[in-house]
Amino acid sequence: MEKENAKKYGMVIDLDKCTGCGACMVACMAENNVPFREDETDKLLSVSWMRVYRLTNRKPFPDTEECFLPRPCQHCEGHHGHSPCVSVCPATATDYDMDTGIVSQIYPRCFGCRYCMAACPYHVRQFNWWDPIWPDGMERMLNPGVSVRMRGVVEKCSFCIQRYQAAKEQAYMEERREIEEDEYQTACTEACPAGAIIFGDLNNPEHAVHQIARPDPKHEGRSKNPRAFRLLERLGTNTKIYYLSSRDWVRKAGDNYLKDELKGKTHS
Amino acid sequence: MDSALIPKGVKRCPIGQFLLWIGANGAVLSWGVFAMLLIYIKGLNQTNMNNAYGFALWIWADLAVIALGGGAFFTGFLRYIVGKDEIKNIINFAVLIGVICYTSALLILGFDVGQPLRGWYIFWHANVHSMLTEVAFCLSAYLIVLIIEYVPVVLENRQIDKVPFFHRLGHNMHEIMAVFAATGVFLSFFHQGSLGGVPGVLFGRPFGYREGVFIWPWTFFLFTWSAAAVGPCFTILITKLTEKITRKKLVKDNVIELLAKISGWMILFYITAKIADTVYWATVTAPSKGFTFMQFYTDNPGSLYGLWILILEIGICGVLPAFILITNKGRKNQATLLLAVFLAVLGVCLNRWVMVLQVLAIPVLSFESWATYLPSWQEIATTILPVAYGVIMISTSYRYLPIFPQEQELNPIDEPASEAQSAEPEPETTDAGPEPELSPAES
Repeated sequence: MEKENAKKYGMVIDLDKCTGCGACMVACMAENNVPFREDETDKLLSVSWMRVYRLTNRKPFPDTEECFLPRPCQHCEGHHGHSPCVSVCPATATDYDMDTGIVSQIYPRCFGCRYCMAACPYHVRQFNWWDPIWPDGMERMLNPGVSVRMRGVVEKCSFCIQRYQAAKEQAYMEERREIEEDEYQTACTEACPAGAIIFGDLNNPEHAVHQIARPDPKHEGRSKNPRAFRLLERLGTNTKIYYLSSRDWVRKAGDNYLKDELKGKTHS
Repeated sequence: MDSALIPKGVKRCPIGQFLLWIGANGAVLSWGVFAMLLIYIKGLNQTNMNNAYGFALWIWADLAVIALGGGAFFTGFLRYIVGKDEIKNIINFAVLIGVICYTSALLILGFDVGQPLRGWYIFWHANVHSMLTEVAFCLSAYLIVLIIEYVPVVLENRQIDKVPFFHRLGHNMHEIMAVFAATGVFLSFFHQGSLGGVPGVLFGRPFGYREGVFIWPWTFFLFTWSAAAVGPCFTILITKLTEKITRKKLVKDNVIELLAKISGWMILFYITAKIADTVYWATVTAPSKGFTFMQFYTDNPGSLYGLWILILEIGICGVLPAFILITNKGRKNQATLLLAVFLAVLGVCLNRWVMVLQVLAIPVLSFESWATYLPSWQEIATTILPVAYGVIMISTSYRYLPIFPQEQELNPIDEPASEAQSAEPEPETTDAGPEPELSPAES
């Protein structure tokens, strides 16, 4: 049950602005102490909380178009917090926070059964197949606000929750109850040179994400913005990442449609 | 050398031959243990699993052996709850197979998790909404029940039975076995079902997801039903295999045929429900998520997950064995009986395979593609490990315990006069001396 005054942090990612530069991925890895290996050829073994997909319209030249789609954790709410991954974890090692709408991961409690990975259709959950090995001296560069993860546990994007905690502490020190929009921003949002990623409280009408996404609470947060779509909305995952695109084929790529549905249909 | 431990009135091969057999299987077992140690020490990077295939060969093996071990709870149900008396002649073996299957499942789960030392968190920090939590609780509890069911058989060993305490314990345990059988049925219903629920509740994975009743997806009931239906087929298959290896008839035909008949009707009902489920899923569930039925079976690498897999699972390994087993002629003919139980076993294994691996292989995001997976040798070795362990368990139990109550009657041996007259109860007649090779005539 959603609490009164509860926040619902989410993102709007404007795909018309994204250039696929990958700055969001780099910033995310640096902020969250995401481990990497010497050979990262096999991306299915990599840990990457933020991944940028390259989409094409599959048309031959000169009609070829492409689009870059950054994919953080979608922080699914499902029906009343019944996220695909949270509900299946046997050890309560992942949680849907009704106060913030953030799906968290408790690393010391995860025992690595990987059921959550099977449940997530977005592949945002990744497994630590190896213990992290940091290049000499890099230990000193790690973010002290984020614990490093050991071999055998699952990890994923946390919406840089350590920044939320820091902002809350700061507000507390200043005897404030609420934090401002710019006090809590994710690393990827700050790093995006094109300003394609916007982050904030979807429940707060003063926040940019709310104004752009215009979520409809009567339809599980479906956007009223005709340019906006969410990934795999039909599955009922009720995600908090809204994508914007002026191109019809990009919006259609966000979900699966039957042939007759595709005829002249634009997702809204 | 070990004749004192061998049940009276039955013949066993010489100890040397037995040890050679155990040694060969022990070598395979050691290979598996070596691979298991590698996994424990170096981690799951020893496998070919990846972030797309978080579940793979091991989870399939878990689901398959638990389904096949379902013969234990279902024969227990038939013997103690329904009251089918003939089943008593095969129930010991069914329980033994159940013990092997369930210990194997727990063994595999032990190294399938990334942090094995935290395995107890599933009980300590249990999430009651997770199907896996239910599986862990019921599976552990049922293994205890299976061991309780197996202990009286162990206590019937000639030497153990001589101890008055164990003799009385075994007798009293037999008396109350119906209680444990009923408990086993209850626990099995839930964990077999919950294993079906594992893919069934994945609403982010349209291939596995099913609607259902309250919190239980249809796969919950289909998995329970299929385990109850096919478990006895596996018991029959292993019994026949044991008969072939020992070159003896161990269970009377009427017992096998009764079990086969019940199994046949169970498979028929199961496969009817499975077809109905598949039709509803293909025409209603999947399209509501934007998927066509054929999307799940086309455009995958090497047609590994082509439509053939569904035809094989439902038609050849479902409908066909069901119709063979429900006919008197099909059951009485050894060739068709064996074919039917083999196909049924293959069918349930195939079902578990697609409900684990195909679920993960299919791309859900429209811009992703099919994921492929080939197990590493470490995964294969550790999956073969339980097979070698099972062979050793069956061989040892068969040698020293009265697993098959009808063996003596079906394979009468001439007791040497010296044994009959001797005051010593353990003459070296069963395997001592130059015992001739077992011949088909003994069967």
